[in-house]
Amino acid sequence: MGDRMEGARRTSIRGSLLMARLVLSSPTGFAGAVIVAGLLILSLIGPVLAPYDPYKQDMSERLMPPSWEHPFGTDQLGRDILSRVLYGCRISLSIALLVVAISATIGLLLGLVSGYFGGLVDEALMRVTDLFFAFPRLILAMAVAAALGPSIINTMLAIATVSWPVYARLVRACVLQVRNETYIEAARAIGAGHVRILFRHVLPMVVHVVLVQATLDLGSIILLAAGLSFIGLGAPPPTPEWGLMVSEGRLYIRSQWWVSTFPGLAIMISALGFNMLGDALRDAFDVRLGR
Amino acid sequence: MDLRAYVLRRLALTTLVLFGVLVVTFLLSHVIPADPIGAILGPQAPPELVEKLRREWGLDKPLHEQFIDYVCRAVRGDLGRSIRTNRPVLQDLLEFFPATLELATASLMLGVLVGVPLGTISALRRGSWIDHAARVFVTLGVSTPVFWLGLIMLMIFYYRLGWLPGPGRLDPYMTPPPRVTGLILLDSLLAGRLDAFYSALRHLAMPAAVLGWYAAAGIARITRSSVLEVMRREHVRTARAKGLLERIVVLRHILRNALMPIVTVIGTTYGGLLEGAVLTETIFAWPGLGRYSTGAFLYLDFMAVMGTTLFIAVIYSLVNLAVDLIYAYLDPRVRYG
Repeated sequence: MGDRMEGARRTSIRGSLLMARLVLSSPTGFAGAVIVAGLLILSLIGPVLAPYDPYKQDMSERLMPPSWEHPFGTDQLGRDILSRVLYGCRISLSIALLVVAISATIGLLLGLVSGYFGGLVDEALMRVTDLFFAFPRLILAMAVAAALGPSIINTMLAIATVSWPVYARLVRACVLQVRNETYIEAARAIGAGHVRILFRHVLPMVVHVVLVQATLDLGSIILLAAGLSFIGLGAPPPTPEWGLMVSEGRLYIRSQWWVSTFPGLAIMISALGFNMLGDALRDAFDVRLGR
Repeated sequence: MDLRAYVLRRLALTTLVLFGVLVVTFLLSHVIPADPIGAILGPQAPPELVEKLRREWGLDKPLHEQFIDYVCRAVRGDLGRSIRTNRPVLQDLLEFFPATLELATASLMLGVLVGVPLGTISALRRGSWIDHAARVFVTLGVSTPVFWLGLIMLMIFYYRLGWLPGPGRLDPYMTPPPRVTGLILLDSLLAGRLDAFYSALRHLAMPAAVLGWYAAAGIARITRSSVLEVMRREHVRTARAKGLLERIVVLRHILRNALMPIVTVIGTTYGGLLEGAVLTETIFAWPGLGRYSTGAFLYLDFMAVMGTTLFIAVIYSLVNLAVDLIYAYLDPRVRYG
């Protein structure tokens, strides 16, 4: 018995390695993985690499074009844009990772319960998710963010509030598919409780779906958070948040193009990385994501 | 279940959702500035005046009564008065909506015209250079922040090259055509003003291209996977085996069956375009719902925030309803299943 458990665990490790190799062997998956790894490293050591203090203003150096001293130029307050972009990496990535962790966990738990038990709980929960799908995500996030006031924490709360229903729906749909499988019935027959069945037998069947959705979601949440900051409902100035930086450069786009361009590129590259990785994961797991 | 029963059930569900939307906007409005009156009158307002306004707005009543009042007013189309424009919110929304409708529709048309063929070809020629190019187009499209792309395009095509006109819906010196529908393209045609039509079209080009790319990316992505899915099915093999023309196999046997997810994604894209409008209208000085709503949210214009959120949710729910009904019409399995 002990041997077999060990065997099962080993195959699952081998399985994960196989999956990783499959993902990395596709060009998009590889490029995505490289970008994501780069982002993670930058968010850890970015502040060390940054040549200047991202908050330090220097009015004699304002709106300087890219040069050796300031590779990305300086903004309207003479702050070094490269340093601000580097600091911003940590902000955007932590927002995205935390929001996805929170909303995926909530959605996963609710979806498991809803799909497994069915009945009234399921009906009620699904009507609640219907309600969330009645709003475009950004609009509802704007309303929540406006209600809470501009700050990074509130941005995360606002986006998490509107992000969990996707996971709940997705997980519920998967659970419905496996709920009546023979092996679940067998587990029940040998006396396994609901909690054990849910976590040992159902959960492993839906984890990969959540993983794919979460990776793709990281990309869209980076865009959403940047969008909220761009319209002034996210991170408050002088935070080096990418969306806010694009918005601050708006007035200068005519001749000082670099103020908005570099932070925007950072947003695009990050979203690109997560989207490519997510696409490759989806192909590898052969997952179909519906609404 | 026949079609009528399905439609009735779906209508009932939409009504339920819209009621829920009212609950949400109402709740939000009670979190948004803890004190809407203070936001208007300022901190130094005399207490009698505050009290008077509170009573006038019914803010002294218990919450459930306020909610019933709110629902009754909303159903009659009374969304309150905006603090910024000092006009009824509904009147504001109706004035700003056509600009957004024009932009969103143009973008959606671009999205469908580019996205469906691109996705189809990409699936049919899987692994070819065109498939790879299409995937790059799609991934970039869903990853680029629209507000930034708008700025960059404005910088290149307006400031640098001067190929396209800048912000606004018409050239600044041009008198707009008389407002009939609010859609400038249509209004200028109705008035026989070809110069205005041309100018409006040129102004529309850039914002519509920005949002159109986003729309096309989403639509191409779903089209590709849906077509790939159908291509694997046996009836396609049979159709090919009996020697049907490739054109007929693609149009009748593949695309027809691949249509369902495409219809759905076109519906959800519409919601995405409303979001996109919110993010890009400010850049292009486009006098639409997006610009109106960002202003309302930033200045905590209480009634306008509730009104806009409600308005957008209603439009979006109706689009979703339409999609589901089209779906049921196209696919008998939905209504009988």
